[in-house]
Amino acid sequence: MSSLESDASAPAGEHRVAADWPFYLIFAVIGGCYVVLILALLIGDIAYMVRGDVTGPAWAGDMPAWLRWFVDNPIFAALSKPEIQYSITLSLVSCTVTAIMSIWVAVPVGYLMARWDDAMVAQQLDRIAQPVEHHSKRLAAIIRWCSPKALIDAILDIPIVLPPLVIGLSLLILFQFFPRGVREEVVYEVPAVVLAQFVVACAFAVRVMRATYEQIDARREQVALTLGCSRAQAFFRVVMPESMRGILTAGTLAWARALGEFGPLLIFAGATRNKTEVLSTTVFLELSIGDLEAAVAVSLIMVLAAVVVLVIARVWGSNNLTI
Amino acid sequence: MIRVENLTIRAGEFRLRDVSFEAPTGSYAVLMGKTGSGKTTLLEGICGLKRIESGSVFLGDRDVTYAKPAERGIGFVPQDGALFRTMTVYDNIAFALTVRGWSDGEIRERVDELAELLGVTHLLDRHITGLSGGEQQRISLGRALAARPSILCLDEPLSALDDDTREEMYTLLRSVREHSHVTTLHITHNIAETQNLADRLFIIANGGLTERPIKRPDSTPSIETV
Repeated sequence: MSSLESDASAPAGEHRVAADWPFYLIFAVIGGCYVVLILALLIGDIAYMVRGDVTGPAWAGDMPAWLRWFVDNPIFAALSKPEIQYSITLSLVSCTVTAIMSIWVAVPVGYLMARWDDAMVAQQLDRIAQPVEHHSKRLAAIIRWCSPKALIDAILDIPIVLPPLVIGLSLLILFQFFPRGVREEVVYEVPAVVLAQFVVACAFAVRVMRATYEQIDARREQVALTLGCSRAQAFFRVVMPESMRGILTAGTLAWARALGEFGPLLIFAGATRNKTEVLSTTVFLELSIGDLEAAVAVSLIMVLAAVVVLVIARVWGSNNLTI
Repeated sequence: MIRVENLTIRAGEFRLRDVSFEAPTGSYAVLMGKTGSGKTTLLEGICGLKRIESGSVFLGDRDVTYAKPAERGIGFVPQDGALFRTMTVYDNIAFALTVRGWSDGEIRERVDELAELLGVTHLLDRHITGLSGGEQQRISLGRALAARPSILCLDEPLSALDDDTREEMYTLLRSVREHSHVTTLHITHNIAETQNLADRLFIIANGGLTERPIKRPDSTPSIETV
């Protein structure tokens, strides 16, 4: 107490504070380095591609050099290969199907997780945990964690935390239990591509949709109930229109995740040209045969797709969702 | 008429125990209590938004204890209005009528009538964003009254309004009552609202509920007893 009093009696202005600029400087340098690293990755890809010799096709002989580059660059060359055209088409189709399927699943799951009132269960678990707490805090924490909501929450995160290769292997193993006919239709075929993409992409869509519904005040839904709506009517008339931005964000995120998916695909769908080859597989295949330029070119096509998705999500989607 | 008998509701840690009261048909009942006293929980129980542990709720002569909110014939105006943000003012007020499948002509007529009563006719085509607090509460009131409910539940409807708007809302709520003869349950912690509007006053404290006489401004105000 006496020390407090002596502090208070000290004349104002004597307490000096160090300058703030070193703090900002250090933070800005660390942050800046990371941003530069990200940009350098992309710039490096582009620079590598532009560096190549420009001869151009015969019919472009009399074009100026810079114009010739546009018709004779690795991207152009890659795009003209039929197997890469197939891979681009399959990527676009499978990612879109995955995104739509993910939304179909993420909307109900996200809604249920956001609105699930676990208060009653939590209360009971707390009652059990309290006497235990005296002996072991950790055990009490585990008991409290055992509510079905927390459990399902954790399960929903499994595809996010599991190593991608393990997901692919698990899919492969799972289909060993299916009848031969089904297995042959799916494994190492196009459906496997979609399924492998879906397992991971959907987990991200679920997170977005859950955050979306948590941000929508349940009050408006309750008002809709008092105004004569059933649960379904309240959802489709009030909640759904309010969550459209979230749905768009979930869809684009799932799409982008699906585009970048590789590990599970390689194991569950294989990397067969003109069959289960998507863009990420193409990069892998081109690299494995030593065609670095084609690999970079396809990577840049994917970068372009990612940028488009990012812009869509930023402009029309919700931008304050924690994912 | 709203009649609540030995109602017990649990909301998380909090529990409202053995509450009974009756607000006669056409009356304007005000329910006062501190923050956290369970006012809103009680209102939610009456509206069907909170599970009731024991006891019963009667609206008119009907036992609605376990009825769905949609079947209770209640107009609910929450604290911040809770307007549907993706709809226009018109669609907000028309909401209950659209759900009930009224024809466009009937809806138009009813919405125009309400908009005039509430003084929001000039706002009908607007969206919700950018409306003032007072305007939002008027629209929320219109939305609640559209399907001609027999009961109107107001959860601190004036708490976010400035003094001038509040005076306007007093007049408005009185004229709504004259027009619709709706039985009103109004939750507040503001003694002035009670004095201006109530003909029955209930106080909720320590999980219990009692009726008190209303002290008008000419007698001594007694906020401390709340």
